[in-house]
Amino acid sequence: MSTAEEPETLYAAREPVFPRRVKGNFRTLKWWLMGLMLGIYYITPWIRWDRGPNLPDQAVLVDLANRRFFFFMVEIWPHEFYFVAGLLIMAGIGLFLFTSALGRVWCGYACPQTVWTDLYILVERWVEGDRNARLRLHRQKWGAEKLRKYSTKWALWLLIGLATGGAWVFYFTDAPTLLVDLFTLNAHPVAYGTVAFLTATTFLFGGFFREQVCIYGCPWPRIQAAMMDEDTITISYREWRGEPRGKQRKGEPEGAHGDCIDCMACVNVCPMGIDIRDGQQLACITCGLCIDACNDVMDRIGKPRGLIGYLALSDEVRERAGNEPKSVWKHVFRPRTIVYTVLWAGIGVGLLVALFLRTDIDMSISPIRNPTYVTLSDGSIRNTYDIRLRNMYAEPRQFYLTVADNPSITLTMEGVQGQLVTVGADEQLIQRVYLVASPGTAAATTAATPVRIWVSVTGDTDRIYGETVFNGRAQ
Amino acid sequence: MAAPNKKHDRPTTGHSWDGIEEFDNPMPRWWLWTFYATIIWAVVYWILFPAWPLINGATAGVLGYSSRQDVEAEMVAVDEANAGWYQRLLDTDLNAIAEDPELQRFAVNAGAAIFRAQCSQCHGAGADGLRPGSGFPNLLDDEWMWGGTTEDIVQTVTYGIRNEDFPDARYSQMPSFGADGILSDEEITQVVNHVLNISGQAHDAALAEAGAEVFDLNCSSCHGVDGEGDQMQGAPALNNAIWLYGGSEADITASVQVAHFGVMPGFADRLSDAQIRAVASYVHQLGGGQ
Repeated sequence: MSTAEEPETLYAAREPVFPRRVKGNFRTLKWWLMGLMLGIYYITPWIRWDRGPNLPDQAVLVDLANRRFFFFMVEIWPHEFYFVAGLLIMAGIGLFLFTSALGRVWCGYACPQTVWTDLYILVERWVEGDRNARLRLHRQKWGAEKLRKYSTKWALWLLIGLATGGAWVFYFTDAPTLLVDLFTLNAHPVAYGTVAFLTATTFLFGGFFREQVCIYGCPWPRIQAAMMDEDTITISYREWRGEPRGKQRKGEPEGAHGDCIDCMACVNVCPMGIDIRDGQQLACITCGLCIDACNDVMDRIGKPRGLIGYLALSDEVRERAGNEPKSVWKHVFRPRTIVYTVLWAGIGVGLLVALFLRTDIDMSISPIRNPTYVTLSDGSIRNTYDIRLRNMYAEPRQFYLTVADNPSITLTMEGVQGQLVTVGADEQLIQRVYLVASPGTAAATTAATPVRIWVSVTGDTDRIYGETVFNGRAQ
Repeated sequence: MAAPNKKHDRPTTGHSWDGIEEFDNPMPRWWLWTFYATIIWAVVYWILFPAWPLINGATAGVLGYSSRQDVEAEMVAVDEANAGWYQRLLDTDLNAIAEDPELQRFAVNAGAAIFRAQCSQCHGAGADGLRPGSGFPNLLDDEWMWGGTTEDIVQTVTYGIRNEDFPDARYSQMPSFGADGILSDEEITQVVNHVLNISGQAHDAALAEAGAEVFDLNCSSCHGVDGEGDQMQGAPALNNAIWLYGGSEADITASVQVAHFGVMPGFADRLSDAQIRAVASYVHQLGGGQ
C-alpha cells in the first residue's frame, strides 16, 4: 500500500499519441467497416424516393418543420413517435447484447469518434508519414516544413469536418436544394450554424481530443464495466505465455523469457496510447490493432500467434492451467445474451407488425369539458368534441363522420354542411364536432353514455372509430 | 486482473476497497484551462449583464440588457406581425371573414385570447356563463337575447348592455312586478304557472289558465304573445329550456317579484374595432352563432 505521496504535478499536459501503421485482419476489417459506415452516412441523404407530388422525394428525411419522418416507404407522424422510441430501445438492448457478448466492440469498430479519428489519423499519416516521421516533426522547431505539413493536414481535416457537418444538415431538408442554397448563401442561418458547429467538433474531436473523448468525456466506458462478465470476449494479453518479457540475450538459458520480446509494437500502434499488457483498462476501446501488430511480430520470430487476442476472463484460468479454452460460440450463446437477443428481436417484430397493421387514417377525440354539456332551447343536450383527423395519404381525402350506434344522437360539425369534411394531402385537421341528444332520450338524461364516433374515407373500405363519452343532464 | 501490474509504480490515493486501489493520476491540463475560462466567463458576464443583487434591484451591466425590454420588444414585434391581419379583419366584410379560412383562423385564435382576458370573468372560460342560472348568458347555446349574428355580437361587445358609459349601449328594463306593486302575489303565482306551462314544465293547469291573461296584459309586449322573446328589447324567450336566472318555479317567481338588471360594459374604449371583430368571430363559432 503506497501512502498518499504528493504527486509530482496535479495537472499534466496530454502526451500526444502517434499510432504506427499496422496491417492485419482486424485492420482490414476496420477499413471495410469505416468505408461502409462513412459511405452510408455521406450518401444516404442523396437517395431519392418518389412519393408523388405532395410529398418530398428524399428517401431518408427528418422533416422537423412539418413534423414528419420519412424512411423509404415508411412515413412516421409525430403521434407515432413510439416507433422511434422502439428503435432507441432496440439500439439500447443491442448495445447490451454486443457488450455482454463481445465487450466494447461498439467503441472499437463503430463509434463515430473511433471512425472519424481513424480517418483523421489516416490523413495525418498520408501528409506527415508514419509514427517516427510524425514524432520527429512534432519535436521539430516550427519552420517551413512543419508549417507546410501541419497546415496541409489541418486543411484536409477541416474539409472532412465540413463534409461531415454538411452531410448532417442534408438529413433535415431536401439535400440538392440545400446544397445549392448553402453555396449561394441562401440557406437558413440554422443550417450554417449547424454545419459550422459540427465542422468544429469534428475537427477538434478527430484531430486533437481523440482518445481523451473516450477517457474523460464518454460515460460508456464506465457503464460497460457493469455489462461485461467472465464470459465476455475481450482483448487480453496472455501474460502467462509472454512473461517474463524481454529479448533473449547471449548467455541466458533457453526459456529465461516468455514469448513477449518487449518490442512495444502493441503500444506503438495503439490509438489510445496504452499498453494492453497492463491488463484490461478503461482506456482500451478494443479496436484490435494490437492483435494485428503482435501477430505480425510473432510470425516474424516464429512463435505462435495469439499472444494478444480476443479472450474471455473465464478462459484465462483454463489456458493458464494448460487446458483448452471454451469455444467462442459457447461464450457468445449463453442465457444472458439469449435473453437480450429475444428481447431485441421481440421489440423488432412488434414494431414491424405495428408498422404494417397501422391504418392510413387516424383520429383522436378531445371532448370539450368546459362546460360538460349545453342545454339547447328545445331541451336537447349538446356535447362538443375536437376531433383530430389525420390523412396520411399523398392526396386530399374526404372523411365521413357518424355516430352509428346511437339513433338518438345526431352529429353536426362547426362550419361544415353535412357530415363530410375534406382533409388535405398529408395533413391533419382539427374539426369541432357537436353531438346532440334529443330531449328525454337516455343519452340526454344520463350522466355519461359511451359513444363511438366512426370515421370512414370516401372511396375506401377502411373504417375506424374513436371511443368517447356523451354527458347528459342527470335527472 | 491476475497479473501483477507492471506499471504499479504510479502513485495511488492510498485508498483501498476490497483490494481495489485508485491511481492518483494528474488531471489533464486543458481541464484546468477550462476551469479558468469559466472564471473569466463569469467575470465578463458580471460586467456585461445584470448580475449582483443590490437592495433595490441589481447591478445593471454595461450592455444595458433587461429581460423586460426583451419582452417589450417581442410585444412590439408581435403587434407588427399582427398588424396586417387586423387590417384585413377591418377591410373584410364581417360575414365574409368565416369564408376565408386563414383569416378565420387568425380571428378565432386572436378572439380566443381576447375572450380569456376580457370576457371569461363573467361568461366563463368555456363561454357557458359560469353555471346555469348565474345571470351571465351562456354563449354556446342557440338563444340570443340581443341577436346572435356576428354583427349583433360586434354591436353588443362594442357598447355593452345597460351601462351608463355608452349612449349606444343596448338598453331595456323589466319592471319589478311584485316589489313595485304592479301585480298581486296571486297574479304572480298564476303568471309563473303560465310560464311553466309554455316552457313545458310541471304546472297547475288552473293557475296557468288564469296566468295566461296576466301574461297577455303585462308580459307579452316584451316577451311576445307566445313567450318567444324579442331581441329588439333583449327580452329572453320564456317558452324554451334556456333560463338566464333559473327556470324553477321559485326562480321565475323571484324574477317577477324583483326584476333583474344585467349589465355588460362596452369594450369600445378597451379594444380596437379589429379586436372586437376578432372576439365576435370567436364567439360566433362556439356553437351558438346565427
